[in-house]
Amino acid sequence: MSKIDQANQEAVKKMMMSRPVWVDIGRAKDVIPGMKDNLFLHAGPPITWDRMSGPLKGAIIGGLIYEGKAKNAEEAEKIAESGEIEFSPCHHYNAVGPMAGVTTPSQMVFIIEDEEWGGNTYSNMNEGYGKVLRYGAYDDEVLNRLRWLDEVYAPCLKEAVKLAKGVDMKSIIAQALHMGDDAHNRNRATTSLFIRTIAPFIVETDFGKETDYDAPRLDLSNVSEYFKGNKASVAAEVLAFMHSNDLTSLNAIMAACKSMALAAHGIENSTMVTTMARNGTDFGIRLSSTGDKWFTAPANVPDGLFFSGFKSSDANRDIGDSVITETVGVGGFAMAAAPAIVNFIGGSPADAFDATNEMYEITIAENNNFNIPAMDFKGTPTGIDVRKVVEKNIVPRINTGIAHKEAGIGQVGAGIVKPPMEMFIDALKELAK
Amino acid sequence: MENLFNSELKVINMGLEEFAETLKERGTQVIHVRWQPPAMGDDNLLSLLDKLK
Repeated sequence: MSKIDQANQEAVKKMMMSRPVWVDIGRAKDVIPGMKDNLFLHAGPPITWDRMSGPLKGAIIGGLIYEGKAKNAEEAEKIAESGEIEFSPCHHYNAVGPMAGVTTPSQMVFIIEDEEWGGNTYSNMNEGYGKVLRYGAYDDEVLNRLRWLDEVYAPCLKEAVKLAKGVDMKSIIAQALHMGDDAHNRNRATTSLFIRTIAPFIVETDFGKETDYDAPRLDLSNVSEYFKGNKASVAAEVLAFMHSNDLTSLNAIMAACKSMALAAHGIENSTMVTTMARNGTDFGIRLSSTGDKWFTAPANVPDGLFFSGFKSSDANRDIGDSVITETVGVGGFAMAAAPAIVNFIGGSPADAFDATNEMYEITIAENNNFNIPAMDFKGTPTGIDVRKVVEKNIVPRINTGIAHKEAGIGQVGAGIVKPPMEMFIDALKELAK
Repeated sequence: MENLFNSELKVINMGLEEFAETLKERGTQVIHVRWQPPAMGDDNLLSLLDKLK
């Protein structure tokens, strides 16, 4: 076996041995090393304000208003242009964020600890579908929901996870693949398992009795009429919100995937991809053996199914850190486990099997934790080898949400997208130097 | 050769899928094999891949 193949085996083994456990929740500036008051994290590779896409700009504007640094969008844009705020990829801080991925100093974040290799990874709270900050929307409804998430929801979950003494995220992903999820775009099973695991402890916290709080209350009448006429306990509201949002678990799942990817990073001679991420303008990858260097190329526009009233010309270029799921062998790579996903992103169940089968062509191993019942429990294709991507001319398969290209609107659909081949070629050239 | 043209065609198509689709439309039994030249046929990329074996 060549030294490169040996290095890749070591990298993928470390990735699969990682044991990400949700252990706590904390305020970003208090718990993410290096986080500070004038630092905003974003999805994807590094980018300056002038090159940011509409949804990322929108999320930055919303973040500045949310943090009390700006009163309105106009003021926020001036601050963003001035250089007063530092922008940096979530990945530089072992964090990940879906879509725009904007993580501000005051936001609460999941803390995932790797119980095999040590170290923490982070991601903020998921806001739900539609008009939300991570898709670049920032009106009062969006900002009020953020306040509720950070001031009511996250503190309740923080107490609950302490009582639970941690939640094994890898086990949730593995089980969810047996229940029809891909752990990226379809999260009905991951979220159900997440709720089932944490619910008893949510009820057991002091929030089980508390009904009064200062933050804006959420309208939960879409879950049940009960919430219209009754002042429910915080615990009931938290559980109702979790139930109303299939993406509740996504951010914690992503941070768990980041934990696995991090375990495989820094192996000399490895040609394995340990980061894939998009900022809405560029797609970027990093490799296990090339340190912090990003290889980037213009991101493509996703193709898929659009919500009523929106069309393909509304779509922004590919955006978000959620492709960390594909990086570790789930998401689009595990589509065969989630045939029902085609209702959301388009195509047929046969396409889902084709997608997974094709990914074995460019990966190093079959995952020994995540497998697909309908494929005789074959392990998911795991550990992307840049050499195979270029040799086979097959790029990783990615499922994704679609953001409107203008700031302030939000999600307009979901579909699939191809990463640009150029950055894999650039990475190959660097490795061959 | 004569036998070949007088018997029912069963085709294995490699590379361009359109050829397989056309045959299918005409009712011919065809299996398509996805194949393309390694590294898009680019000599420079092939030499880089050789270095990284």
